[in-house]
Amino acid sequence: MAELADIPNEFIKNEVDEFVEREDERAELIELYSQSAPHLLEIGAAIISGRNEDADRLTVEALERGTGALEVMDDGLIAGMALVGIKFRENFIFVPEVLACARAMKAGMVHIEPILSASGIEPLAKVIMGTVKGDLHDIGKNLCIMLLRGAGFEVIDLGVDTSADEFIDAVEEHDATLVGMSALLTTTMPNMGRTIDAFIDADVRDDVKIMVGGAPVTPEFADEMGADAYGDNAVECVEVAKRLVGVTG
Amino acid sequence: MSAFLDRIARGDVLISDGATGTYLQQNGLEPGGCPEEFNSDHPEVIRGMAEAYFSAGSDMVETNSFGGSRYMLAKYGHGERVEELNRLAGELARSVAPEGSFVLGSIGPTGEILAEKGGTADSDEMYGVFQEQARGLAAGGVDAVCIETMSDVTGELSLAIRAVKDSTDLPVVATLCFDRGPRGLFTMMGDTPQSAAEALTEAGADVVGSNCGIAIGDMIDVIGAMRQATDRPILTHVNAGIPRIEAGEIVYPDSPDFMAEQMERVVAAGANVIGGCCGTGPEHVRAFVSRLRGGAA
Repeated sequence: MAELADIPNEFIKNEVDEFVEREDERAELIELYSQSAPHLLEIGAAIISGRNEDADRLTVEALERGTGALEVMDDGLIAGMALVGIKFRENFIFVPEVLACARAMKAGMVHIEPILSASGIEPLAKVIMGTVKGDLHDIGKNLCIMLLRGAGFEVIDLGVDTSADEFIDAVEEHDATLVGMSALLTTTMPNMGRTIDAFIDADVRDDVKIMVGGAPVTPEFADEMGADAYGDNAVECVEVAKRLVGVTG
Repeated sequence: MSAFLDRIARGDVLISDGATGTYLQQNGLEPGGCPEEFNSDHPEVIRGMAEAYFSAGSDMVETNSFGGSRYMLAKYGHGERVEELNRLAGELARSVAPEGSFVLGSIGPTGEILAEKGGTADSDEMYGVFQEQARGLAAGGVDAVCIETMSDVTGELSLAIRAVKDSTDLPVVATLCFDRGPRGLFTMMGDTPQSAAEALTEAGADVVGSNCGIAIGDMIDVIGAMRQATDRPILTHVNAGIPRIEAGEIVYPDSPDFMAEQMERVVAAGANVIGGCCGTGPEHVRAFVSRLRGGAA
């Protein structure tokens, strides 16, 4: 089993040591980082510190020296975001820092995405995301989208005030397998259940897994409305999405 | 000094109102509807709400203008009605306010994140948006402005405080929304109650505090921590607990009596003005008055 000292990047080694407290996550990340190439860990370090210009430059350099796009993404960009997600969940960093990290991630992904799509490499899954009908509050949903993209999902963002028909149309148009809905207001929360009912009425409920979240949403409410899963925060959203599409880790 | 701040300075614990959104939902506001539109289309409801709170014993009410910024109103196609809807919000509450009571002009979050905090909003533009809303509220005759449910102390909220101060002579109440995470109580942007209270004092807020987001047990901790960090008066509007679903309906669990009992601890922790946020109504205010003033409304 890999040890902390096996991570070939001082910054990331210190970050793991300082911020990753859960034993299972620590072991998992040490395993991941100790097997990553040093030049890819530098990309991860740029993501974790929110340096988007470095993330951009290092990604281009890695591709130029012949590292595969998928490897750059998995061992560099996504590996960096994994640590960001944990730091966010544990209150070591907050929204402004996550936004900076997500911007760095995006600066790298810009170079990866065209290569992946040209070579026919599929994303983890396609996710349709939106706030439900009547709800205009999208800060939480946008954070979820950034972290989902950071974890390798393709996300189609329907924005705010999304009707059931818009969700259903988008699922069909993009052949998506996951739907994420959010609501911040207690008054618009019931529209989540109505949207799920509309999926049933349209006979497409079995084609997708539906996850829900938002400040007033609880696991009990998610159950009651017939959602497949609930996430308490943006990090959990990613964990839930992975579970729903059958990806572990 | 303004009459509002003067009254607080006399040392009485003042009692504010309960929720606006909850009341409006019970009185015809559709899910996802524009609350501020009621100021022009259903003024009787807005006046009735203020009357209900004043007759329950509130020393002050907030105006129906929480989402009255250009950013928010534009989402309903009312971006050009900022001055009108905010002025009406002030006038409607003022028109039923008894002598010696106060009207606080509510300003809620813009829903935007400033570019300097990783979002996209321009700070000069946001400053102008707050000024515009503050001028509308001032024209409506409010006694103070209450900037509330904020998350970004050093960015959006400080900008709002400055905008209100620069465009009106009104005292400013500034309250933040905290959440309990694995390492304690923080705003979404990472401020603690202590650091937030210090930053708000520094930013020139006349009254600081917290509202929404958490149940009253956590709010007692927030107020206690803020009290250690500032000598400014503290205001809090507290939710009736964390909502849950019962038989398909959204229910706020904390009863008026339970909250009233806990409000004694909120006051002991250092609050000078107490009231309700989401899920509270006139019956909560009545219970607060009864508990804190021995029934003398």
